[in-house]
Amino acid sequence: MTLPPHVEPASPQLPVVELNEITRIFGKRSILESVSLRVEQGELFGLLGPSGSGKTTLIKVITGIDRADRGTVRMLGTPMPQLRMLQRFGYMAQSDALYSELTAKQNLLFFASLYGLSGARRKKRIEESMAVVDLLDHLDKPVSAYSGGMRRRLSLAIALLHEPALLVLDEPTVGIDPVLRQSIWKELLAMRSRGTTIILTTHVMDEADKCDRLGLIRDGRLTAIDTPEALKAKTGSTSIEDAFIVLGGGVRA
Amino acid sequence: MRIRALAIRIIRQFVRDKRTLALLFLAPLLILTLMKLVFNGQAVEPQIGTLNMPPQLVDRLEQAGAAIITFREAADAASAIANGSLDAVLTLDAGKPAIQLEGSDPAMNKTVLMLLQRTLQEASPNVQAAVSYLHGSEEMTSFDSFGPVLVGFFSFFFVFMLAGVSFLRERTSGTLERLLATPIRRYEVVAGYLSGFGLFTLLQAALIAWFAIDILGLYMDGSIWLVLLINLLLSLTALTLGTLLSSYAGSEFQIIQFIPLVVVPQVFFSGLFSLEAMTPWLQKLSYAMPLYYGADAMRSIMLRGAGWGSIQTDVYVLLGFSTVFALLNVAALRKHRAI
Repeated sequence: MTLPPHVEPASPQLPVVELNEITRIFGKRSILESVSLRVEQGELFGLLGPSGSGKTTLIKVITGIDRADRGTVRMLGTPMPQLRMLQRFGYMAQSDALYSELTAKQNLLFFASLYGLSGARRKKRIEESMAVVDLLDHLDKPVSAYSGGMRRRLSLAIALLHEPALLVLDEPTVGIDPVLRQSIWKELLAMRSRGTTIILTTHVMDEADKCDRLGLIRDGRLTAIDTPEALKAKTGSTSIEDAFIVLGGGVRA
Repeated sequence: MRIRALAIRIIRQFVRDKRTLALLFLAPLLILTLMKLVFNGQAVEPQIGTLNMPPQLVDRLEQAGAAIITFREAADAASAIANGSLDAVLTLDAGKPAIQLEGSDPAMNKTVLMLLQRTLQEASPNVQAAVSYLHGSEEMTSFDSFGPVLVGFFSFFFVFMLAGVSFLRERTSGTLERLLATPIRRYEVVAGYLSGFGLFTLLQAALIAWFAIDILGLYMDGSIWLVLLINLLLSLTALTLGTLLSSYAGSEFQIIQFIPLVVVPQVFFSGLFSLEAMTPWLQKLSYAMPLYYGADAMRSIMLRGAGWGSIQTDVYVLLGFSTVFALLNVAALRKHRAI
């Protein structure tokens, strides 16, 4: 497969994200404990865990929005946090961080400018991103008139604006109906096949099956990292859900 | 470029938010107008009862603007003042004039006493002093005297509230987190907010000053440009202070809680109440209050026609406040992003 021109050529041996013994403590409680993982080029990597398990904190540490108390984080070989690395990934937060008074186009213009896009290229990228999420006909509507699903898709479009080689998505399909969820997954898989690395969090088990590799996270610890098939085989279970319960110790905290 | 993008976004949001625009631009005008109407009412006419007074003195009192009711019996006068229909009763006690005041309204007491003093002085014109004004004039009202402070205060208050609430909304809606996941620098966030809001602040400051001077006819002896400059600096201080404090508020309600803590004390030290009458250590507190410097400069310009030379300290101090608040704001954003 040939990479499309926008994907940054990076040496294949360099992992996109590399975490080494990450610990994050809030007050006296450690939210993350000794988390180590590598995400390779072109992978669709899923972080699976119940709410409150530390997924969002891990995402923030990976992106450099938050800083780890112990351990090292590298993105494309660069130690994090690093301001210029914020340009290298597209981010979709758990909440739809949109300005609802403004139109979709005004939201896109704003974020595109923050990523340094301007002029004809900005216009082109706005149209391309909105085409990906199938919202091109709703560009001039105020976001307050958008449905929940449309907002989620607009958030995704914003993450795609600057053609990042890495997408970091925090619960991209939460609160979305099954039809729309399928269409978002279709897009994610298409982007992966174009060479984009994707890291996402989820607590929906059947979504986990679609990832190349999974990290199971429980109470701030990574209990296992492997492909969905290997996880199922290792635990002798037929579903990711069963595998998750076996690996998590079988008891819910 | 990021600063510009942020400023444009804030301006667009503002333009779509008609209610906030109205609060920013119309509310201060409405309150100033009400203030003028309340404090610039008709001159009050004290009701004075007289008992056995020489007619020429009664005439002079009437000319001076008092409503006189003549009594024959002391008991009638006493019951009239007791039921509140008189403000004072003037009698002759052993050949000397004696006055009894109704006494429940200090402003009325003063009016009666001044009127009486003037009338009695006129009886012996040779000791009357010649009156001249260094600043202001005989027609200057109390609204003229504290109007400059109010003009500054309203610029400060409304901007403080709006800046605080909108920066907070950016946080609670999750857009600040999203914003900080882009390569924007923390100072660019603060600078973008300052320039986006700054535009409306500038318009508001100009509108309030123009309205107070040209429409309400506030006494004005100095340069309108200096008034605008001070007004703008006050709004800028309010803007930086409001956004800074919103970092420490969890909800819109908590922003409102800052008003009695941060805004109301400044009013006490702004010159609306005499600072000289305060305990010395309390007076020193005023040095920590931005509104004190703003109000001091506004009064100097509008009432005493002061030029750049006598207000430049105030200008520097206000600039200093804004800079410090803005820098603290940049530092406070670290709470939301590690770099």
